[in-house]
Amino acid sequence: MDLIAQLEAEQIAELGKDIPDFKAGDTIRVGYKVTEGTRTRVQAYEGVCISRKNGAGIAGSFTVRKISFGEGVERVFPLYSTNIESIEVVRRGKVRRAKLYYLRSRRGKSARIAEDTTYKPLKAKA
Amino acid sequence: MMRSGVIAKKVGMTRLFLEDGKQVPVTVLQLDGLQVVAQRTTEKDGYTAVQLGAGSAKAKRTSKAMRGHFATANVAPKRKVAEFRVDAENLINVGEEITADHYFAGQFVDVSGTSIGKGFAGAMKRHNFGGLRASHGVSISHRSHGSTGQCQDPGRVFKGKKMAGHMGAARVTTQNLQVVKTDSERGLIMIKGAVPGSKGGWVTIKDAVKKPFPENAILPAALKSAAEEAAKAAEEAAAAAAAEAEEEAKRLAEEQAAAEEAALKEAEAEIDAEKGEDAGSDAEKKEGDE
Repeated sequence: MDLIAQLEAEQIAELGKDIPDFKAGDTIRVGYKVTEGTRTRVQAYEGVCISRKNGAGIAGSFTVRKISFGEGVERVFPLYSTNIESIEVVRRGKVRRAKLYYLRSRRGKSARIAEDTTYKPLKAKA
Repeated sequence: MMRSGVIAKKVGMTRLFLEDGKQVPVTVLQLDGLQVVAQRTTEKDGYTAVQLGAGSAKAKRTSKAMRGHFATANVAPKRKVAEFRVDAENLINVGEEITADHYFAGQFVDVSGTSIGKGFAGAMKRHNFGGLRASHGVSISHRSHGSTGQCQDPGRVFKGKKMAGHMGAARVTTQNLQVVKTDSERGLIMIKGAVPGSKGGWVTIKDAVKKPFPENAILPAALKSAAEEAAKAAEEAAAAAAAEAEEEAKRLAEEQAAAEEAALKEAEAEIDAEKGEDAGSDAEKKEGDE
């Protein structure tokens, strides 16, 4: 393992985040820390994950899209951000693409994603 | 205050997530066997500086002259050698090793290195020219520079005109980069942002010239020998403290033992006395009976 990979692995271990197994198409709820003045609270942001980028390492990020007051909103979160309190999978989606950017041009019925009822949890890495 | 800089190897870039939710892009630089190879003094050379060497080179592949140079300094052959101007009081002894504690988190530094070569580059890439239009009669020359001058007067292109040519592979200094983290065990210095050069390339780090000299900078340098000495002293102090504590405990134990013994003796004496008294009374009784 080269030094950079080692440093990244160390940092991941140090951050001690528990990131669930999710992919594009899944509906997820992200608990995001918001600082208002002096006090911080956790804001839930729920929507469809439309892309996962740059792998599962320290550089990884994911995009969550939701329709808020009739307006499409997308947020990109770094996977290991210290501002993320929790990531929760609400619903497993069945999709045939890794990036669901086509959802941007869809509305309502055609923007639905079928539920994946045959989801099997990943085997824990030894 | 001018103190020595360091020679470091660029390992690569990564990111750090901080507690406050910020993420910082960092370049990881590594100090690899950084030792003082020679000194330049006013008497001999007319100026004061230290010559540092870093990395390790095969003795077989080092020239005879350099082998001799390293031999006089009694250090292993180094891959990269560089000189740093220092004040006379900040000269470092030959053979001393500098550690990553030389810089502290939050400090500003200047990093110099050889930038990645780009070969023969056009004016757009080399000088950020705008190029020509995509349409409106422009043909073939969309990425060309435009006019290079005037007409018959002056009748030539001025010297220094920005044109296409060789780009990169030049010495570049990036100023005022912030140190985010240091790791003296592995000799790592993490610097916010990018640093000239490719991975595995050598760069030199110096205290930022455009910022005031930091007060808590280590003078003349963070040396391995000094760190070892400090560690040794701390260890000795700890050992002495432990020994003292042990002695104290021993003394206490002895005192306690002595006290116990005394108490035992006292008790025995008391018992004896009581016995004696009892015997005496018995004798008296006996006497009385008779």
